[in-house]
Amino acid sequence: MYNFEFHRPTSVEEARQILADNEEAKLIAGGMTLLPTMKMRLASPTDLVDLSHIESLYGLRDAGECIEIAAMVTHAEVASSDLVKNEIPALADLANQIGDAQVRNRGTIGGSLANSDPAADYPAAVLGLNAEIMTDRRQIAADEFFVSLFETALEPDEIIQSVRFRKPVRAAYAKFPNPASRYAVVGVMISELGGSIRVAITGAGPCAFRSAMLETALSEDFSPDALDGLTVDAENFNEDLFASAEYRAHLVIAMAKRAVVEMVA
Amino acid sequence: MSATVSFTLNGVSVSAQVENRTLLVDLIRDQLGQTGTHVGCDTSQCGACVIHVNGRSVKSCTMLAVQAAGTSVLTIEGVAPEEGPLLPLQSAFRRHHGLQCGFCTPGMIMSALDLIDQNSDPSDAEIRTWLEGNLCRCTGYDGIVKAVRAGAEAMRSDP
Repeated sequence: MYNFEFHRPTSVEEARQILADNEEAKLIAGGMTLLPTMKMRLASPTDLVDLSHIESLYGLRDAGECIEIAAMVTHAEVASSDLVKNEIPALADLANQIGDAQVRNRGTIGGSLANSDPAADYPAAVLGLNAEIMTDRRQIAADEFFVSLFETALEPDEIIQSVRFRKPVRAAYAKFPNPASRYAVVGVMISELGGSIRVAITGAGPCAFRSAMLETALSEDFSPDALDGLTVDAENFNEDLFASAEYRAHLVIAMAKRAVVEMVA
Repeated sequence: MSATVSFTLNGVSVSAQVENRTLLVDLIRDQLGQTGTHVGCDTSQCGACVIHVNGRSVKSCTMLAVQAAGTSVLTIEGVAPEEGPLLPLQSAFRRHHGLQCGFCTPGMIMSALDLIDQNSDPSDAEIRTWLEGNLCRCTGYDGIVKAVRAGAEAMRSDP
C-alpha cells in the first residue's frame, strides 16, 4: 500500500479537525476492510486518523429502552456481552457470526456501519431493530442511514459515536454465509418491536433494506407458513460467482423462515 | 511518514523505526527477526500470521505496526520457554498429527490458545467454528481438532 500520515487523536473534536485539514484523510477503526482495500490500492488516503485512542468511543451501556454500543466496540465484545446476550440475544448471535474470530477481535460496529458493505451483517441488525446512529452532530434513524452500495447518510467528515438498539420483544437473525469468507450471501433479521414486525435483509441488494411485503405477511400471521408462496423481486439484487440474483431472492424467503421458526420456538 | 513504535514483544520491551504503512507482521519478522509468525496469504484469509495483541488473537498482516504502539504482543516464540518443555497444546499437535508441513501451525496454536483462554473445554464443533480463520492444506483438520481438544484437556489439568 502507499504510505500515509498517521494521526492518533484523543478526542472526537481533534479527529474532526484532522479530517477538516486533510481532504483525502480517512478514519480507521479496526481496519478489517480499510487495510485490505489499501493493500489492493483501491483506496489510498493521504492520512489515516486512528480512532482507537478516543476513550468516549468505547463501552456498552443499558440505557433503559435501548442498549447503547459505542462505535469502537468490537464484534467479539458485542457477542460476549452479558448485557447484549440478556436483552437482545439476536444481536449477540449476529455479532458472533461476523467473519472469523480474529476479525471479530479487531472489527468494530462503527467501522462496519460506516463502510456499509452490501454483505455486512450489522446493517441488518440496525434496520431490523430500528436502531439509531449517534454521530458527532446528530442522530440518524436506521431507515435513513443506508443509501446505496457503500454509501450511507453520513457526511464525509461525520463520525459515528454510538448506536442505540431498541430492546425488542423478540428477534432472530438467520444467515446464509459464504462458506469460505463467512460474509452474508443473504442475512435476514426479524424483530417484534413495539407491536410491529420489522424484516431487514442484507447481502441481497446494494445495501440493507426492509421488505414491506414480508412485514405485512408476518404481521397478519406470524408463522413460517405465512411466507409460503411469497417471492421477492430479484431486480437489482447482487450477483456473484457464488449466487445469482434469483438464488439470493430464494434465500431471502428461506432465511426469513428460519428466523421466524427460531422466534416462535 | 515514519514513526518510532514501542511495545512489548513476548515480555521484552522493543522499539523500532517503521514506515506508517509497515504491517505489524513485517515489523515482527523482518526488523525484529521473530520469524515464527508466518505470512501465508497477506489478505487476512489464511491465519498463518495470527498473534496475540493485548491477550486477544489478531491477524498481524491486517494490522499496522503503528497500531501496536503501547500494546503487549505475544507470538509463537513467546508461548513456551526456549529451552524448556513445549506448551501442552504444542505437544498435542505433535502427538495427534495436527501438522504436516507446519506452515499454518504457529497461527493455529495462537488462535487455539485464544479459544482455550475463553472456553477451557471446547467441543469439536466449537473448535471447528473458531478455526474458520485458519487454513491448513495438509491435514484435513481432523488431527488439528483432536490436538486442540487434547491440548485444552492437558491445560485444564496442568494450567
